[in-house]
Amino acid sequence: MRKFIVLLILAVLGYFMFDIFSGLHLGEPHFVNGVKDFYLSKTVSDLHVANTITSIVVNFRGFDTLGEVTVLFLAVSAMGSVLYKKRHEAGTRTVLFASSNIVRSGSKLLFPAIMLLGAYVFIHGHLSPGGGFQGGTIIATGFLLMLLAYRDFKVSHHILSYVESFAGIIFVVVGLFGFMGGGTFLQNFMPAGELNELFSGGVIGIIYVMVGFKVAAELTGLIYTILHEKD
Amino acid sequence: MDEQMLKILEYSIYGASVLLILVGLYAVLTKKSLIKIVIGLSIIDGGIHLLLIAIGYLKGGTAPIFSPGFEEATAKMVDPVPQALVLTAIVIGFGVTAVALSLVIRLYRHHRTLQIDEIKSLKW
Repeated sequence: MRKFIVLLILAVLGYFMFDIFSGLHLGEPHFVNGVKDFYLSKTVSDLHVANTITSIVVNFRGFDTLGEVTVLFLAVSAMGSVLYKKRHEAGTRTVLFASSNIVRSGSKLLFPAIMLLGAYVFIHGHLSPGGGFQGGTIIATGFLLMLLAYRDFKVSHHILSYVESFAGIIFVVVGLFGFMGGGTFLQNFMPAGELNELFSGGVIGIIYVMVGFKVAAELTGLIYTILHEKD
Repeated sequence: MDEQMLKILEYSIYGASVLLILVGLYAVLTKKSLIKIVIGLSIIDGGIHLLLIAIGYLKGGTAPIFSPGFEEATAKMVDPVPQALVLTAIVIGFGVTAVALSLVIRLYRHHRTLQIDEIKSLKW
């Protein structure tokens, strides 16, 4: 009975949603006077950044990204505090599978390559698809591989929290430097450079590298917390 | 790309995203296991992301990246704003999933079960 009611509600909802969205005509411009053209032209002419999405996320909506990073930090710290357990309450760990030799050697071989790929993705965030969030996630997957392959692989929570706070402070300090010369918070104060060169876009590169470090540290800490969660 | 193809693509993409949202809602509304409810929330997320990206799509468009050789293609580029929004939404969705899972772990620790109808203190 309950399932029937739910299915009925969902059918009505689905009919109206599909009706609305299929009237949108895929592939046609929907926003005639939208901000798209502004962003596309300003990205090249003012910032000399190749990737428009990066310029929107870090420059035009940089304050929003600061909030986003803060939300991620809050999620990780909420997770840590919810899962917090006093030492004497801790029981025995339930998950204990020794990984095979192939997995161990293979992950040792792959780990530096994953680190390199992650660093490449967040350093080149303003030139090609990618950026701080994506690169940070790739680095965290490298740590996840090591944690799964080696049961005794240790990650220092102290180092992680230092890296994370340092990256966050650099983000805010770079934002505060925008006040120099009568600008606003997170305004670009560095020379824009040449389009499609590594040193272009002013502060965008610095901020995205810092976001990459911050996300990598947060996600690694999160994986470590949940993997070493004692039952 | 001819009109027929685009029509099929339109129906399949919008249909798929609406279907994903509905599947997620169904899981959230009917499933008893807490893990399945969290998975349902993630599926709703995926449907919404697909929908937002599809709204920004432009016929025969390219990625909004000014790589060498694409500097003059401004008119052909797809809308970058929904893509930036989805980048934000993915990160927030990740945070929501992490917090929800940690709450699930906490509930399991307290009640020794993952089935919501077995958690007696939730009933009134």
